[in-house]
Amino acid sequence: MSFVRNSPDRENPPIHRNLKTILSESRLSITLDRLCHQLIENHLQFTDTVLIGLQPRGVFLSDRIHSRLTHLIPGIRIPYGKLDITFYRDDFNKGEALHIPNQTHIDFSIENKKVVLVDDVLYTGRTIRSALDAMLDFGRPVQVELLVLIDRRFSRELPIQPDYTGKSIDSIISQKVRVFWKDRDGKEEVVLID
Amino acid sequence: MIPANARLFRIFCVPLVPGMPLSVKHLLGIRDLTRQDIDLIFQTADNFKEILKRPIKKVPTLRDTTIVNVFFENSTRTRISFELAERRLSADVINFTASASSVRKGETLIDTVNNILAMKVDMVVMRHSAVGAPHFLAGHIQAAIVNAGDGINEHPTQALLDAFSIRERLGKVEGKKVAIIGDIMHSRVALSGIYCLQKMGAEVMVAGPPTLIPKYIGEAFGIRVSYDLREALAWCDVANILRIQLERQNMPVFSSLREYSQAYGVTRAILESLGKEIVIMHPGPINRGVELNSDVADSGNSIILQQVENGVAIRMAVLYLLAGQREEPAD
Repeated sequence: MSFVRNSPDRENPPIHRNLKTILSESRLSITLDRLCHQLIENHLQFTDTVLIGLQPRGVFLSDRIHSRLTHLIPGIRIPYGKLDITFYRDDFNKGEALHIPNQTHIDFSIENKKVVLVDDVLYTGRTIRSALDAMLDFGRPVQVELLVLIDRRFSRELPIQPDYTGKSIDSIISQKVRVFWKDRDGKEEVVLID
Repeated sequence: MIPANARLFRIFCVPLVPGMPLSVKHLLGIRDLTRQDIDLIFQTADNFKEILKRPIKKVPTLRDTTIVNVFFENSTRTRISFELAERRLSADVINFTASASSVRKGETLIDTVNNILAMKVDMVVMRHSAVGAPHFLAGHIQAAIVNAGDGINEHPTQALLDAFSIRERLGKVEGKKVAIIGDIMHSRVALSGIYCLQKMGAEVMVAGPPTLIPKYIGEAFGIRVSYDLREALAWCDVANILRIQLERQNMPVFSSLREYSQAYGVTRAILESLGKEIVIMHPGPINRGVELNSDVADSGNSIILQQVENGVAIRMAVLYLLAGQREEPAD
């Protein structure tokens, strides 16, 4: 049985593959700014709103969103957590590789809060389903919204749609989307790998 | 394959990259594990510990898995700990105790377990008084087996939770000096502990009366041996104190428990005379006033209750990792 580490450093794209840039560094920065302003538009002072990034790759995005929001609204403190969904996956022992868990860090209750879930790429929707399941162990939120950087349209296996989208793309199953972050990969870019 | 090559084979075939699965399909003993396996179990246990601190201490991971706890020997702590770990992972749990079963009517071990497995059980947690019983079973049945103690051989999850507790208290296991004190001869915790601590890079000493320490254990494992309690305590950072296993001793190995307690009982007075802090551990059940006095067992240096707490997280990690790599039996 194969085995993957559910961590940011897996899946280094082989060099011979075709890379197509979806978002360059400057475009990515503009998109992040827009997403932040959309959040502010809907949540104003973030009085009852919490931000939850999904481990392992969504947290790089949620780190950015969180720090930008903190800059944009002076003096604001938005509760921010990281959620690992490994133990809530629906493909455990279904012939898929075993995933190694990451850290969950949510030191607040989400009871009666508005939750914004943050992940980098939305594909089948199964990760988000697991996240909804995992979140219930921390309380019952009044509302849950989903923010993604890349929405791979027409590839959903579950009725899950994002509320905030960085960019929607059309892709086929054999293709992969990979997001590079400066603090981890030394460059900032979103690419489509054939 | 010839033995010399077998070693090389093992060195090259064990997963050296972090993020690989366990190198074993069953947890029969620490002896079979690699350092990477132990690190992986600890890393996974860290995450389960976080889950155990939540208001809802349960995850749905093993909801399609059935686990049977087969205990041919008495146990309170280990069985409760395993059962709790299984339930926290949402597995279906069956408990089986030998005294209330057909084993009394003369059924063999394989027949007993095969009958249970015929009811579609995926994993077996087994304690048995015979050395090698789980190893024997592993060769004959499909399910993944976790050894919960086999006679005087190994008790792997106890050793893992002991090392995990040391890591939690002192930051790391590597380079620490650990003394295992008491009935080394009859203790599976001691043997698993020695394997585990050595694989994690700790220095190990065993201490106790000469009649309770196997004669060549020092040479066999490359560990220190002492017959003097004070010497052992003065040397170590962590003292793991074991129970005198009267039920396993076929002949008298010391005159009386009172005499044992005089020579090897750990008391506040001895610890205070050392002029340093050491961490006190005990796998339980404690015979208070024999190997360990209450003023030590209940002190701030003691991590005995943390060991019990960590036991659930470690067992969740072991079950999760083994369940994730078991193969579906062909129907």
